[in-house]
Amino acid sequence: MLNKYPLWKTLMVAMIVAFGALYATPNLFGESPAVQVSGLRGVEADAATLDTIKAQLEKNNLAFDSIALEKGQVLTRFKNTEDQLKARDILDDNLGKQFSVALNLTPNTPEWLAAIGGTPMKLGLDLSGGVSFLMEVNMKEAINKAKVGMVSDFRGELRNEKIRYRTVKEANDAIVIIFRKVEDLEAAESLLEKRNRDLLFSSNEDKLTLTAKMTEAKLKEIREYALQQNITIIRNRVNELGVAEPLVQRQGKKHIVIELPGVQDTAKAKEILNATATIEFRLVDTEGDLSNALNGRVPANSILLTDKDGKPSLLKKRVMLTGDHITDAKSGFDEYSRPQVNISLDSAGGSKMSNGTKNNVGKPMATVFIEYKPTDRRDPEGNIVFEKVQEIISVATIQSRLGKTFRITGSGSPAEAQNLALLLRAGALIAPITIVEERTVGPTLGAENVQLGFQAILMGFGLVFIFMMVYYRAFGVVANLALGANLILIVGVMSMIPGATLTLPGMAGIVLTVGMAVDANVLIFERIREEIREGKTIQQAIHQGYEAAFSTIIDANITTLIAALILFAIGTGPVKGFAVTLSIGIITSMFTSVVASRTVVNAVWGGKRLEKLSI
Amino acid sequence: MQILRLKETVAFMSYRKIAMVFSALLMIASIASLATNKLNFGLDFTGGTLIEVGFEQAADLEKLRDVMNTNGFADAKIQFYGSSRDVVIRLGLRDDVKAEMLGNEVLKVLQTGTGQTVDMRRIEFVGASVGDELAEQGGLAMLTALICILVYVAFRFEWRFAIGSVVALFHDVLLTLGLFSILGLEFDLTVLAAILAVIGYSLNDTIVVSDRIRENFRKVREGSAEEIINISLTQTLSRTFITSITTLLVLAALFFKGGALIHGFATALLFGVFVGTYSSIYVASLVALSLGISKEDLIPEVIEKEGADQEAMMP
Repeated sequence: MLNKYPLWKTLMVAMIVAFGALYATPNLFGESPAVQVSGLRGVEADAATLDTIKAQLEKNNLAFDSIALEKGQVLTRFKNTEDQLKARDILDDNLGKQFSVALNLTPNTPEWLAAIGGTPMKLGLDLSGGVSFLMEVNMKEAINKAKVGMVSDFRGELRNEKIRYRTVKEANDAIVIIFRKVEDLEAAESLLEKRNRDLLFSSNEDKLTLTAKMTEAKLKEIREYALQQNITIIRNRVNELGVAEPLVQRQGKKHIVIELPGVQDTAKAKEILNATATIEFRLVDTEGDLSNALNGRVPANSILLTDKDGKPSLLKKRVMLTGDHITDAKSGFDEYSRPQVNISLDSAGGSKMSNGTKNNVGKPMATVFIEYKPTDRRDPEGNIVFEKVQEIISVATIQSRLGKTFRITGSGSPAEAQNLALLLRAGALIAPITIVEERTVGPTLGAENVQLGFQAILMGFGLVFIFMMVYYRAFGVVANLALGANLILIVGVMSMIPGATLTLPGMAGIVLTVGMAVDANVLIFERIREEIREGKTIQQAIHQGYEAAFSTIIDANITTLIAALILFAIGTGPVKGFAVTLSIGIITSMFTSVVASRTVVNAVWGGKRLEKLSI
Repeated sequence: MQILRLKETVAFMSYRKIAMVFSALLMIASIASLATNKLNFGLDFTGGTLIEVGFEQAADLEKLRDVMNTNGFADAKIQFYGSSRDVVIRLGLRDDVKAEMLGNEVLKVLQTGTGQTVDMRRIEFVGASVGDELAEQGGLAMLTALICILVYVAFRFEWRFAIGSVVALFHDVLLTLGLFSILGLEFDLTVLAAILAVIGYSLNDTIVVSDRIRENFRKVREGSAEEIINISLTQTLSRTFITSITTLLVLAALFFKGGALIHGFATALLFGVFVGTYSSIYVASLVALSLGISKEDLIPEVIEKEGADQEAMMP
């Protein structure tokens, strides 16, 4: 029979809408202010932490709604933000340094809903308030560093194999080794080629030179590593900031997006993010004459650096170890209760350290802290120029041949040891980064945006609702049902997808979809009217209307989807939010306006002998 | 209820000369304005710093300008934003200070200078290279969108329709850009998003019309291409109107209720929907007609099949 759906089809449509509605419901319960306590540097909050927090709050007569331990974090909910702020201050003062205390808004999703994965939509920074940064990684520096590393690697390898060479130097985008004899050149070429498969070697026997170039793959690997490493380090730093649900994500080839919801003190955040640094270990040049060096006659193999008090030291130019080999650094006390810093290295770093210290026991070794401070100059390619600031942070005597783990003692007070450990941990960045974009939204503006967006959706929805009802009467009601189902599905899908965030332009996208989604129904209904005018029976007209309009609807929606997807691919932040809601809206609207509306039409009008249709 | 009761076919294509001249004039005006006035690019593209602050009472712009001047921010542009208690301060890219620290500095200056509590509503800083990259990416996105759509429509319909719809899209984008240039409205990322949405909307309309033209070419036995296009446009006209009305209704809601932040977005879309509706009637079909679309172009599969069958039967 025409226009009758089998029961299973009707049920399935109802199920899908009900499913969407179920996952949309968490958005109805609102949020309550909470304080989130999480451990730093491997420490996890546990039951004991929970008890401490409880005791602290009770001591200060602060009432809380609930307190719970979830995934190594203690979450305490409060009635109002006033209590929340007080609690944050109390806990911040009393919990000690291994915990970070962050303000948070936790959804009041009922347990049974949370158990099936129901969460409310994530709000973008323009709605929740907070700050977002876009940071640029200095790739030029990353590649320079790799070249410097190659120069010292080549020297080491040639020396180990007793191949004599004149010089190893950097030249433009390559490393050039000059030899004295052709035999040495040949030996070196076969040795280095075997050990460095990601480099391109070319030799010139007349000039006795061997040139090594990095392959595209190698360059890509270096860039990739620099980006990944920065992301890891920024994550650690952000965790120390005490922000609930921060986001650190790569964007494109050299950018990192950092979103810190709820952060208002952007100055502090920026200082922490901007403190780019690296560490190098160098031997102190004990033979060179310091006073001569201070007068400008620095020995060829040495450099002159000062510590933070301005005390100068003469150091060997050759870097024994760079900070990127440091895997961990902790401050503690030695057997005589003197402060010390324990350092762990990766295996490559371990063997470098072992080689470097083998013949230098009893000699002093300096730890140099290098900071890259961005200046406001730019090079011709538009990259920011960095100023290199080097400072000696400790000079210690090598007590024995060092390996993968060693310690630095005699660095002064426990606080200084702690600071040194922190610097060592943070100092592993191979490429400096700068903030190239910042967007901060205050909490009042955020709340206002939510309200505005909500009003716009309601008003747009209401206007279309009324128009459709007046224009298409009973079928208008069907279109409105489909529209309602569409809104529910958009919200449901947005809540289900973990990465989707709702932004103000995203809300605009929902509004726009509401306006455009009825288009499919308009197409169908106009077609039905046409068919009726042409003298078809009511049932045939309904059937034809849906059939004929279908391919048009698909074509029209797919092309709009193309535009939305491209927007998604290039867009960032709020604009991406618009693309997300628009794409989701297009897909759900095809379902609701074609399938769901047909289900209703079939259930009400299908299979009956009708003389007139309320369309 | 019905808005349009059309008994007769409207001879849309007989007005094509007028439409052509009209579109050409608007496009020339847009290009001229884009060449001379350029676009008033927002912070997203130019780089710089923007600070939006809220005061408890109506703000005194003159006083704010004084405060900013005496503190070394002579280049600051200060304007009301939405209400008299909301003020937006724009600063260009500067060489002397760390740009990303500027926002916080300005906030401090305002707080001490006015003696009022200043509510930080929004700080945006965009570096120079980011702005350039965005402008490049934005242009690239629009181009990619146009090409993808061209390919899809060519694949689904016919190349004449594809060219027609892309010309229509180009027309809509150009006129919308022209409007922003002539009125000097700020062109930021949300406006770019709106323009891509205009592309989507206008295309939606164009496809509905093209679809009907294709159907009628196959169904209607008699009549010239021009007549069939007229019939198709008439048949889809009431749908075109109603969809435009519902879309304009929701856009009006956005325009009046959405707040200052998405004003530009709503403006671009409102205008884009108008132009898009017009272009789907006149520009797209007109281009397809001028390129010589005919009945045979749209029913090629059948002919090919018959020919193939005969060949296969031959020994």
